[in-house]
This record gives sequence, C-alpha cells and structure tokens, in this order.
Amino acid sequence: MLPTTTQVPVLEVTGIHKQFPGVRALSDAGLRLYPGEVHTLMGQNGAGKSTLIKVLTGVYQPDRGSIVFAGEAIAPRSTQDAQDLGISTVYQEVNLCPNLSVAENIFIGRYPRRWGMIDWRRMRQQAQALLTRLQVHIDVRQPLASFPLAVQQMVAIARALSISARVLILDEPTSSLDEAEVQLLFSNLRALREQGMAILFVTHFLEQTYAISDRITVMRNGEREGEYVCSDLSRLALVNKMIGAAPDAQELPATGQQAAQAASAAAGEIVLRTRGAARRGVLAPLDLVIRKGELLGLAGLLGSGRTETARMLFGADRIDSGAIEIKGRARALATPRDAIAHGVGFCSEDRKHEGAILDLSVRENLILALQARQGLLRAIPLRRQQALADHYVQQLGIKTASIETPIGTLSGGNQQKVLLARWLATEPSLMILDEPTRGIDVRAKQEIMDYVTSLCRKGMSILFISSELPEVLRVSDRIVVMRDRKACGEYRRGELDDSTVLHVIAGEGA
Amino acid sequence: MAVNDIPALQPPARAPLASRMLGHRLFRPLAALAVLLLIDFLLIPGFFHLEVRDGHLYGALVDIVNRAAPLMLAAIGMTLVIATRGIDISVGAVVALSGTVASMLIGGTMVMQDGVPVYLADTPMLVAIAAALGAALLCGLWNGALVAGLGLQPIVATLILMVAGRGLAQLLTDGQIVTVYYQPYFFLGSGYLFGLPFALFVVAVVFGVTALLLRHTALGLFIQAVGINPVAARLAGIRTAALIVFVYVFAATCAGMAGLLISSNVKSADANNAGLMLELDAILAVTLGGTSLAGGKFSLAGSLVGALIIQTLTYTIYSLGVPPEVNMVVKSVVVFLVCISQSDQFRQLWQRRRA
Repeated sequence: MLPTTTQVPVLEVTGIHKQFPGVRALSDAGLRLYPGEVHTLMGQNGAGKSTLIKVLTGVYQPDRGSIVFAGEAIAPRSTQDAQDLGISTVYQEVNLCPNLSVAENIFIGRYPRRWGMIDWRRMRQQAQALLTRLQVHIDVRQPLASFPLAVQQMVAIARALSISARVLILDEPTSSLDEAEVQLLFSNLRALREQGMAILFVTHFLEQTYAISDRITVMRNGEREGEYVCSDLSRLALVNKMIGAAPDAQELPATGQQAAQAASAAAGEIVLRTRGAARRGVLAPLDLVIRKGELLGLAGLLGSGRTETARMLFGADRIDSGAIEIKGRARALATPRDAIAHGVGFCSEDRKHEGAILDLSVRENLILALQARQGLLRAIPLRRQQALADHYVQQLGIKTASIETPIGTLSGGNQQKVLLARWLATEPSLMILDEPTRGIDVRAKQEIMDYVTSLCRKGMSILFISSELPEVLRVSDRIVVMRDRKACGEYRRGELDDSTVLHVIAGEGA
Repeated sequence: MAVNDIPALQPPARAPLASRMLGHRLFRPLAALAVLLLIDFLLIPGFFHLEVRDGHLYGALVDIVNRAAPLMLAAIGMTLVIATRGIDISVGAVVALSGTVASMLIGGTMVMQDGVPVYLADTPMLVAIAAALGAALLCGLWNGALVAGLGLQPIVATLILMVAGRGLAQLLTDGQIVTVYYQPYFFLGSGYLFGLPFALFVVAVVFGVTALLLRHTALGLFIQAVGINPVAARLAGIRTAALIVFVYVFAATCAGMAGLLISSNVKSADANNAGLMLELDAILAVTLGGTSLAGGKFSLAGSLVGALIIQTLTYTIYSLGVPPEVNMVVKSVVVFLVCISQSDQFRQLWQRRRA
C-alpha cells in the first residue's frame, strides 16, 4: 500500500499560511496525500490540524499557499465547493440533521429525482446499499437522532462516500466510538483504501494511528514537522515529534505515593453513596460508594450506563427508585442546582453542547457555576472574577489570548480546562468527570489528569469516566466496571490490568 | 449601555480610537441613525430647531423621541426575550389590554364645583394603573409558563396571547373605543416635566433600572448563557425556567407601560388598534440595534437606537409628504438597507467585489 515514487499525490498542499487576529494558525503548512493510503495527521491541540483541514475543505481561505488536487490548482471557497471537487469530510462532531431521516441525511441537497419530484424509494434503496457496504444494518427511514452516535458517524461516512469522493477526510471520527465500532470503521477504511481512495485521518489515539496508517504527517505550531512512513516511526519518536521535546516516558507508572493514598482513601468518610438508585430503562439499581479523597473509575463500553450514572448523581436526570446519600444524608437531587448545592460538580462528556458557552468569554464561562450557586442577585465583583480567572488560567496552564477571549476560539483541551476550572471554583467535595480528556491532545490530557490526581490528594473525591482504559487503570484507586446498564464488578487498584479489564468489560470473565 | 460593554471598559490593547469606535457594537446602528438625521437636516427645513415655549421644549427631535417612547419600552422588554433565544409577538395585544383596563377603570367625569372644573375618576388612578400593569404581568406569566413550563416554541406560545389578549380587550369594551375623562391621567402620555415630555422620564427610568440590574447582578450573564446554550446553562446550575419566565414577565410589563402611555396620549383605549403591530416594530428595533435573533449577546442601548431609527424614519416620511400609499414601501426599503448594512456577509461580498 505504500506509495511508490512513481505515484503522484492526489492532493498536495504546500506553503499554506493562515493568520487569525492575534494568532498565526498556519505557517508554511503542507501535506501530501496519495491514492490508496491512509494518512494520519497528528499534532497537539493548537498545532493547526483543524485549521489545515478547514483550508482543504474550503471553510477557510488560506492567506498564501497552494492546493493541488489531481494535478490542478484549486481554491475551494466552501465545503460544497470542496465536495464537488471530490474532497469529502466527516467532522469530529457529527455534522448532520438529527431530526431528518438517515436516508435524507445521506442525500441532503442531492436528493435523487424523478420527474422533478424527490424519488423517495430510490433514495432509501441507495442509502440502504451504502450503509450495507459499511456493514451497518438499520432502517434508513428512522430519524438520525434515534441511533447512537457511532451509527450517526457511519451515516456521516456513508454520506461522504455517496459523493464519490477521491479524498476522504476524517476529523477525529473515533473519539466517540467504542472498540468494536472502531474496528468496524477501520475495516471499512481498509476496504476504501483498496479501492484507491486517499484517506486523511485525524486522531489523538496512538494505538489507532498505528493500527491503520500508512504514513503520518506530524504538525507542530502550525507547521509541518515532518512526514513519516508509519512503520519507520516508533511511538516514542512520534510523541517526541509532536511535543517537540523528549518525553520522560510514555506511561507514568502508578507511584508508591498513589498506592499509599489509595489505602488511606479506603478508610475515609463516605462522601456519596447510592442505595439501589435506578431509572427505568436507563439504569439498573446501583449501589455505589465514593469516599473522601478517592478517585473512583467507572469503566465500561459506550452505553454501558457510565454517563447515565453520572447524570443521576448530578441531578441532571432524576432517579425513579432508590436513594442518593451525600455525606450521610439522603438527598433528592431534582435538578443540577440541588447537586451543586451539596458540593457536586460535573464535567459533561459533551463539551460543546453541555459544557462550554461558546460566545461567552473564558472569564464568564469560568465563574458561571459559582455565580449560579451564589444566586442572581449576589454578583461576583468583576475584580474577583478576573482574579479567579487569572488564577485558574495560570494554575491549569490554559492557553488563551486573554481571559476576555470567547471560549469558542480556544482549542478543545483548553476549553476543557476552563470547564474544569468552572467546577473547581465552586470547591466541590465530589467532582464527576465524564470523558474529560476526550478529543484533546496528549500533553493537555496528561496535565489535566495530573491536576485531577493532585486534587484527590487534597481531599476531593473524583468519579472518573473514560473510554481510555489505560488511563482509568492508571489513575483510579478503585474501579467499578459497568456493563449493560448495571455495575458488574468492583476492583481495587492493581487487581486489573490492560488485558483482564477488557475481559471484564466484555463480560467474558477475567 | 450594553452588557457586553463591560469588558470593553478595559481594552486589551490600546487600539486607535477610530478603529475602536468602528468596531463598537453600537457603531452601525448609530451610523444608520446619523445618516437618517443628515437626510432630515438636508431636506426638512428647521429639523434641528428647538425652542422653549411655555416652559416646554418643542421641536422635531423632541417629537420623535416622545413618539418613540412606547416603542422604546417595548424594545427594552423584547431585547431580553430575544437574548434568551425567545420572541414575544403578544406585545401589541398586551398594549391594548393594559390601555383598556386602565381606561375602563378610570373612566372619569368632569364636574364644575364653584366654577372650577374638578375631575373625578371612577377608580383611583394609581389603582387603575396598578391593575393595568398587573394584567400585563399576568400576561407575561402566561407566556413564560407556556415557554418554560410546557416547552412551547416562543412564537407559538406568544401567538396565543397575541390573539387572545386583543380579543379579551375587545370583549371588555364591546369593541367600542373607551374614552377617558380624567385630566391627571393625560399627564402620563402628554404631560411635561422639567420642560421635557413625561414619557421620556418613564423610558429613562425603565432603561436605567434595567441597565443597573444587568450591570450589578448576574442577570445579563445568565440571560446570555441561557440564550447561547440552554443545556449547558442548566448544567451549570442556572435556574433556566425561572429566568425565562422572568424575561417574558418583564417584556409584558414593559408592554403594559407602553399601553398606558399610548392610551393616555390619545385619552382613550382602542382595543382594535392600540399597539397594532408594535411587536414587529419592537423586534425590528432590537434587530436594528445589533442583537441577533439567535439569542445570546445583546445590546439594550442598541435597541433604543433601533427604536429611534424607526420613529425618525416614520417622521421623515410624513414630513416629506410621501403619499400614504407609498409610505410602507419606502419604510421597508430603508429598513432593508439598514439591515443589509449590518450584515457581515454582505460586507464581505462587497469587499470581495471591490478587490
């Protein structure tokens, strides 16, 4: 599959510059994409990956530089433009219309017609055929929203395929998929590669990069750091090139200090306990105990009930039987306000829709929960707001032009840090983190997790949910594994390792 | 003073004054108003002439601001509703209802006592005013309950009251115009205080109180948060439902005050025509003022400027003697031009064309 020297790139991008007010997003960025390869674009948050893709797909116009597609210089002015040329994109956040049917989503704007009317039958058949090719078997007449995110992702890919594209760009397609779904996606990508499609794959997951890529382009600080053949580049070298400094080690081993702390946490007072808390059709009765200073990991596949548990503990969804006790007293958590009043904070997995308020500034986003708890009338003085924002920007290393910058302009990792700070400002005794490191780069991930564990040491309890099992194994004092909407096992630190945890999650018995 | 002016108090970099002015939210609405005023200056003799007569300030400008008062009140209320991603199309109906309630309760007769005319109200005026505002407040509660409680889409929820409110007012008056014979009530809409129309003071107080509330409480922040991302706002612990009910109550109360000004000004209540289409003018004023109908960031001052643009336009059209049948068309063309001038997309298109 590796491109030979005789081959000509289907897409060659050179010397791209793009300047935004106050930020140079791209300087001399480039990329070569050959037919029949899977090419991974890697880089930390803010390295310019997203900007480069937006240039390729016509969302942004570059200040300088050239894009040559199939031997011709192009300058796409819109995504439609790029699509018509043969460059299709599937974005990080599924970019479809949830209320329309699957078939409509695939053919939106290009409905098959018959005598000037939409040919619904042909549309359904073609949609079905496309999805079958992707090994997805669903009723294409149902609204998109009735399917899980992973299926929606496949629909987005089907849509991209239906445009008979020559270049397929996938911007972090796997960040919301579970392992089996990733494998399905990859087998689809391999099939497309066989057919000569050039696939550009953007991801933060090292494992996936090595599982699928032929070549890798690494970006750093808006520049192309280099282009490598995947098999020639070790993981350590790759991380090194992304960060631009020699990393100490890829995985931090659990330190003795953490182990000692785990022991002490076991004896700590109980911060939160659920007694058979359940919600019909969503979560089976659950008994959970979280102690002071403890980091409890919730492991399990997507849809296993992890997020549902988090939402119940935060009062975002009500339980319909059982009880939740906070610090020894039963509390009816009817709304998030109730949970916040009792010292619970919650970072949602869906940063864009349930976390960040994109048009508001870093400062406003950061003080929002604290202000909401204080109430509308007791406004936090501006000076105090600024002090809080400055404090956390410095403490968490948030990269932002100023605290008055709209949060929407920050990179994903920095947005996540601001949202973390939003809850830290309320000084919660229990913090629920649902996928806090999804879709953010290696370094920000490390920084966030280090900070979180240091909070535990200071006595804060943390409920940590993540699809990245090594991370859960590394940081958790205790792990509750969930499967099929119920808790199916509890393990102390060290009782599980990378391979056994998979067995437990899959329900094959460790 | 817009809520989002707060950060601007301490500009990050000392940009040149000119570019800071150009970038200000209020620049475009103010520029549009200035162009209109310039046209008036050129075409209408004595447009800027002001004189003091009987201790009252007279002139075209005073007239415009005075006549814009009900619209300004409605626009202030509408701004907050729109900022939460809502809309209130029942404003005109609430205007009619509040005017009707006040007028019917006051009624009034003039009796001569020892050769001096004495005015008698059927109900004490303050009670009548309170009742009118109370009725408006209930209207707002109704709207808010439908939107926040039942989750109806704002335009549908307020459409109900748009029909029902005016219908109720007509029911109360049997479709007749209710005339008021009670001198003190006329002061609201046509009286003067310190040489200026009293209505202006009403607007100033409402605007001032609202602006203070936005600046000194977290109201502005919460409204914007709910308007931009209601789900995230709720998860951050904001009482989104209560906030939404509040903005509809606030908007309806503003409309109620507008209704009092209007009925007092014409010394009667006309359930059929009072405040007719005022909601559309209010929405237009908010839009002209630079607040997006998509909710979120808003500018209270911008909405006032928007209301002034609309009233100035009306005044101009009448003064220039444009025939009544052409009136609407001219107005819509000007509004179209102002809206276009505020569209970023149009500007980019323009710049690209020139480049």
